Amino acid sequence: MNFFSHYDYWVMLFLAMSGLFIVIARGNLIKKLVGLAILQTSVYLLYLAPGKIVGGTAPIVDAAFTVYSNPLPQVLILTAIVVGVATLALGLALVVRIREEYGTIEEDEILRLDADPADQPSGPPEAQR
Amino acid sequence: MNVAEHLPALQIVLPLASAPLAVLLRDRLAAFVLVLAATWAAFAISILLWLQVGETGPMSYAIGSWPPPWGIEYRVDALSSLLLMLVSGIAAVVLPYSRSSIEREIRPEKHTLFYALFALCLSGLLGITITGDAFNLFVFLEISSLSSYALIALGKDRRSLTASYQYLIMGTIGATFIVIGVGLLYLKTGTLNLADLGVRLQAMTSHRPVLAALAFLTVGISLKLAMFPLHQWLPNAYAYAPSAVSAFLAATATKVSVYALLRFYFSVFGETAIFQRLPMEDLMLVLALAGMFVASTVAIFQDNLKRLFAYSSVAQIGYIVLGISFDSVTGLTATIVHLVNHAVTKGGLFLLLGAVIAGIGGVTLARAHGLARVMPLTSFGIVLCGLSLIGVPGTAGFVSKWYLILAALEKGQWWLVFLIVLSSLLAVAYVWRFVEVAYFRAPRADLAGVREAPLALAIPAWILVGATLWFGVDTSLTVGSASRAAAQLLGVAP
Repeated sequence: MNFFSHYDYWVMLFLAMSGLFIVIARGNLIKKLVGLAILQTSVYLLYLAPGKIVGGTAPIVDAAFTVYSNPLPQVLILTAIVVGVATLALGLALVVRIREEYGTIEEDEILRLDADPADQPSGPPEAQR
Repeated sequence: MNVAEHLPALQIVLPLASAPLAVLLRDRLAAFVLVLAATWAAFAISILLWLQVGETGPMSYAIGSWPPPWGIEYRVDALSSLLLMLVSGIAAVVLPYSRSSIEREIRPEKHTLFYALFALCLSGLLGITITGDAFNLFVFLEISSLSSYALIALGKDRRSLTASYQYLIMGTIGATFIVIGVGLLYLKTGTLNLADLGVRLQAMTSHRPVLAALAFLTVGISLKLAMFPLHQWLPNAYAYAPSAVSAFLAATATKVSVYALLRFYFSVFGETAIFQRLPMEDLMLVLALAGMFVASTVAIFQDNLKRLFAYSSVAQIGYIVLGISFDSVTGLTATIVHLVNHAVTKGGLFLLLGAVIAGIGGVTLARAHGLARVMPLTSFGIVLCGLSLIGVPGTAGFVSKWYLILAALEKGQWWLVFLIVLSSLLAVAYVWRFVEVAYFRAPRADLAGVREAPLALAIPAWILVGATLWFGVDTSLTVGSASRAAAQLLGVAP
């Protein structure tokens, strides 16, 4: 076993770690979602790459073919892609709403707005009643 | 066709189908009635399944008649039937409450969407519990997670949006880790059926990909169950979500994740692989104790009651994890009993806090001065649930702590008994903060016109408070089912 025999796993790991790094290191809410999407996409590779056998065909029983590729990973990842799209859509929708309420999509500014009591809609009880 | 045969499928299909129908109906009342009917039917089905499993042992249901391990299998055993009953039971109580509660907290045009999301979340949680397929578990996990992100974002306070966003990021990282773990297991064994995985993994539990899968699954599920120190998303999510959502998620979401952890640890990897060859026992013990002490201490210094009890949830999850770390039938019994008891207690507590919000408009401690004068019953209920969190005899919390202490003594770890009692004293401190403010402070002038919570809010809350007291006295249902489930997980009994 050498490095190149498993290069697909290295690609997957690199993508997963860069995605995770972006999620942790970036303060911009959209950029965080981009990182999250990269992390999720990297997993598709983990499933799909080993499912392909060189020279393998679709699993259709026929005398001419003897090597088959497993189709199940593709079905699984189709489901995972749907989940990923839904997560991204929901995340972006939340960012739109956050932008409407806070006027910013930078994490540190949102934290500052939340920490400032004068700025809070549900602030001191007297103010609301 | 015999309906009784298809109960495991109906358990999921009914709430799942009611969600899109509720959106299509577009009428608030019709959507409510439809989702309520589906939820109550799910509760009834879960009771039937529980009775059937008690009589005839674990059941297997092949979706679409594709036999396992080729098709997706639904598997109901002692543990999953108890969890199904818990989740659908809490939903059956919270949903009637939510109708009156969301009138005050959510804009009317979003009500049908609320009911649809609630039904989706319920079917996702039930699905995690009933499925016997690792990838299917991930899909149901995402169904419940995505709907709970949206439910949390419905909160009135704008901080609910950031709380929901934070939960989405953490939850998705957790779910992605779970898929990586499942993928590695699939690469090693070529199967996704949990029972089949359990059999095939036995020969290769020390292979490195399997250990990596274990690590990914542990971190991923721990994020979902808010095990200390991965609990950062939980306090804000519970504090700023609408009251009914806080109550439902606090009572069920983390509990179902604990179920997933138990399932992977004991049914897939097997007890020997995890606890005898790896130092998981010590690891979980340390994390559980850290959660119990740190989260309880943080809870004492909160100014918002919902946040206070959310931190208390993190501490209580510490007790649940502590039970797993003992790796014995008594320890697992304590875990499962506490799962049920804490769900009922926290559910009741958050429902009562919702009634307080309806009465005085908020749950900051500053606003609750003299609350017991204007809302005596609700305050009393909160105190009763608080006593159960502390573990006072006569409440459900006492029973769980009793079994935890028994398990600790069984292992000869008497110092743990001391720590469990000490952490209960921290619970006394945070519950006392509410008692002090509500009972011993003069009510503020603007509370004069406030009256006791309306019946629509009070009755569901008191059902759960009553259950908290009932499970503290009559333990045949909780401890009986839990010890059976624990024995099954450890392979001591069929």
